[in-house]
Amino acid sequence: MTQENPADPAAQVDPAARAGEERLHEQIASTGMFGSGGTGDTSGYGGLRVRRALVPSAPRPYGSYFDEVVDALTGALAEAGPDFDTAVERVIVDRDELTLHVPREHLISVARLLRDEPTLAFELCGGVSGVHYPTDAARELHAVYHLVSITHNRRIRLEVSVPDADPHIPSILGVYPSCDWHERETWDFFGLVFDGHPALTRIEMPDDWKGHPQRKDYPLGGIPVEYRGATVPPPDERRSYR
Amino acid sequence: MTTDAAGPDAAEAEGRVYNVGGQDWDEVVAAADQAGDRTSAERLVVNMGPQHPSTHGVLRLILTLEGETVTELRPVIGYLHTGIEKNMEFRTWTQGVTFCTRMDYLAPLFNETAYCLAVERLLGIEAKIPERASILRVLMMELNRISSHMMAIGTFGLELGATTVLLYGLREREKVLDIFELITGLRMNHAYVRPGGVSQDLPHGALDRLREFLKVMPPLIGQLRKLLDANPLYIARTKNVAYLDLTGCMTLGVTGPVLRATGLPWDLRKSQPYCGYETYEFDVPTQDTCDVYGRYLVRMAEMDESLKIIEQCVDRLSGPRPADDRVMIADAKIGWPAQLALGPDGLGNSPDHIAHIMGQSMEALIHHFKLVTEGFRVPPGQVYATVESPRGELGCHAVSDGGTRPYRIHFRDPSFTNLQSLAAMAEGGMVADIIASIASIDPVMGGVDR
Amino acid sequence: MGLEEKLPSGILLTTVEKVAGYARKSSVWPATFGLACCAMELISTGGPRHDLARFGMERASNTPRQADLMIVAGRVSQKMAPVLRQIYDQMAAPKWVISMGVCASSGGMFNNYAIVQGVDHIVPVDIYLPGCPPRPEMLLDAIVKLHDKIQNMKLGSNREREIEELEHARLQRLPLAAGLRGHGQAPNAGAGR
Repeated sequence: MTQENPADPAAQVDPAARAGEERLHEQIASTGMFGSGGTGDTSGYGGLRVRRALVPSAPRPYGSYFDEVVDALTGALAEAGPDFDTAVERVIVDRDELTLHVPREHLISVARLLRDEPTLAFELCGGVSGVHYPTDAARELHAVYHLVSITHNRRIRLEVSVPDADPHIPSILGVYPSCDWHERETWDFFGLVFDGHPALTRIEMPDDWKGHPQRKDYPLGGIPVEYRGATVPPPDERRSYR
Repeated sequence: MTTDAAGPDAAEAEGRVYNVGGQDWDEVVAAADQAGDRTSAERLVVNMGPQHPSTHGVLRLILTLEGETVTELRPVIGYLHTGIEKNMEFRTWTQGVTFCTRMDYLAPLFNETAYCLAVERLLGIEAKIPERASILRVLMMELNRISSHMMAIGTFGLELGATTVLLYGLREREKVLDIFELITGLRMNHAYVRPGGVSQDLPHGALDRLREFLKVMPPLIGQLRKLLDANPLYIARTKNVAYLDLTGCMTLGVTGPVLRATGLPWDLRKSQPYCGYETYEFDVPTQDTCDVYGRYLVRMAEMDESLKIIEQCVDRLSGPRPADDRVMIADAKIGWPAQLALGPDGLGNSPDHIAHIMGQSMEALIHHFKLVTEGFRVPPGQVYATVESPRGELGCHAVSDGGTRPYRIHFRDPSFTNLQSLAAMAEGGMVADIIASIASIDPVMGGVDR
Repeated sequence: MGLEEKLPSGILLTTVEKVAGYARKSSVWPATFGLACCAMELISTGGPRHDLARFGMERASNTPRQADLMIVAGRVSQKMAPVLRQIYDQMAAPKWVISMGVCASSGGMFNNYAIVQGVDHIVPVDIYLPGCPPRPEMLLDAIVKLHDKIQNMKLGSNREREIEELEHARLQRLPLAAGLRGHGQAPNAGAGR
């Protein structure tokens, strides 16, 4: 990615060109036959490589109550912890929902402020859920926290991304004890290790199960079904529309 | 009965082991008295479940008992884990409904609605859902709330030993299941709510059946209340049992009747309405006793409120048919194409629809084909849609990568989170109170384990 | 121990079979293994409208030791499978199994890592009842068919002969799909499809 010095007008890069270059550096998002994926190539040769654009931080104003939340958080972070730009990587506003991407080292402090600050007051945590993006190099595993503020009737989402090689996230139990079983479940299904959880063991799968079933590299694990002389392969081995 | 033969060191390290052969409890107690073992360090670890009549499904509890008091309670779940969330990644968005409906099997329409709201928000068609579809969704959800609470109270009675309550509850539930069968074709696991609307409109006679239902239900609920509300046995077993106050609920993330029994009127239908709930008149019942009895009262009152909402739905559905009386979104690239009708061999595509796609409209045929085989594409993004299920906040976190299949679906099931609070409720109480605690949380293990 | 040891043979055995079958089928106590959605329909079958008490089966024995019939109602996950087998083993003979619902019969719609694809991988099943979930009337029909089976169950030497015949017939049967043939089949056995 080219560095630009905004103070130097001669070095201003055309944003379209920069976006194009950024896209070329992106990971391959999908391959496979069938489906246009937005480019309209219906040749079906399967040689199609779609590069997904990186979603930048949403521009202000965010709309609805999101500005208040972000302002309150900025204020709280200015007093207590690291400043907003370190603590929050990206702010995404999509489909009327606010997502804060938080690096893992600042997750606990951000969560604590969100819970304790009276203007934020996100008392309830709906739980952690994991998502596995194998094509997102160095950010494969995402942990998503949904917070509810009963006082102000608001919802936000925190998202933490960690690489497969080092799938550790600090456990948020000290702030939201309701995430106890949710963290165990996310460990069980994705292999995300929550440091500081007192008993991070399998909860849904049998205790001696090997592998983390909801990762994308884990097969669905069905068997072929025989019916009236024909065999139907399991769902993950059938020809699929993308 | 023998004592452990491993020697004094082992006995001190592990505690004395008594082998009980049956009919010799007196000897055990005598030996324990003699050995001076009956101190508070004497603990008994008992396993309850996963096959057990009183655990609301396949829930395993490992109890550490001192006499009759529970000192430690550890729930073990996962005995019903079905891999629904992963299975949905290999099916189209519409087929996902048939999977998610089987999670919380006592409230299938809530699962479906949460999922469909998430898909619709991802598609950006929330404003285009036909009004009739939203009214039908509300109607079905409130009917489901009644059937779910009836089952909850019925099995609660059964677990306390009151079989009459079970039979009353089942009898009432059958009435609701009859209406479900009339409208959706199935008693359970309906796959009725689909992204874009609902699968079919009310059949003839449904509104009359609903009006009949509205007349018949209140006295039946009254009967149940007459049996239980002031019943000294019931009160003795439920008052001040399984206490969990507001702080406890907030810390443990508990929502639903358990939270409303602490006095906080938090109901997503009022606070963050969906499907047009803001246009209905109903109250959010609360109690402030934080115990099992309070939760029971909250559930009974919620059933009355549901009846109110159903009445309003029936009024709206029975007015003159508006110009747009579709039940599925008008966008032909998303709305499920099939119109069903009862034929000689069962429920299937109606002959009118077949005639239309085969004889009259090529586009309709193409849409039908593409939607059924491939499904519609959902723009990339992630969304978290919530509904107020009978057990609490049911959330659906849906992630799309732009394809015809979900990339990741996760359900934040209320029973999963509420069940964590079981230890807080039951530790320090008696073994029999565990049953009451579980029943008051009303977990459905299909939702817990997914 | 029990009836099976003291059996006569011949005509007397047929009479004993009839009486024993009648007695056994009239008081089947289910060990309800209610797991998931089918369990709700199972409970409804015990309810006032579809009444299991008409068969004397409303007394569900929660301890497997006193149960005759295990109705596996619902999906059996990999974690639950050993428990299922243990409960089955704890039941005393004679015992029967109804696998209620498609998930118990064949894995149902959940063809994946988490669900056992049919409880007949774990316990021998007498009646398979499809449905998702099967209506209470369907369960009653399955129970009536099971009663038929129990009534006509042979005892003693007749039973041994029957088992031999059944085994022989099953070994002759070819699976329908070409890819699955050749699993322990005699090359010229059976009359084709």
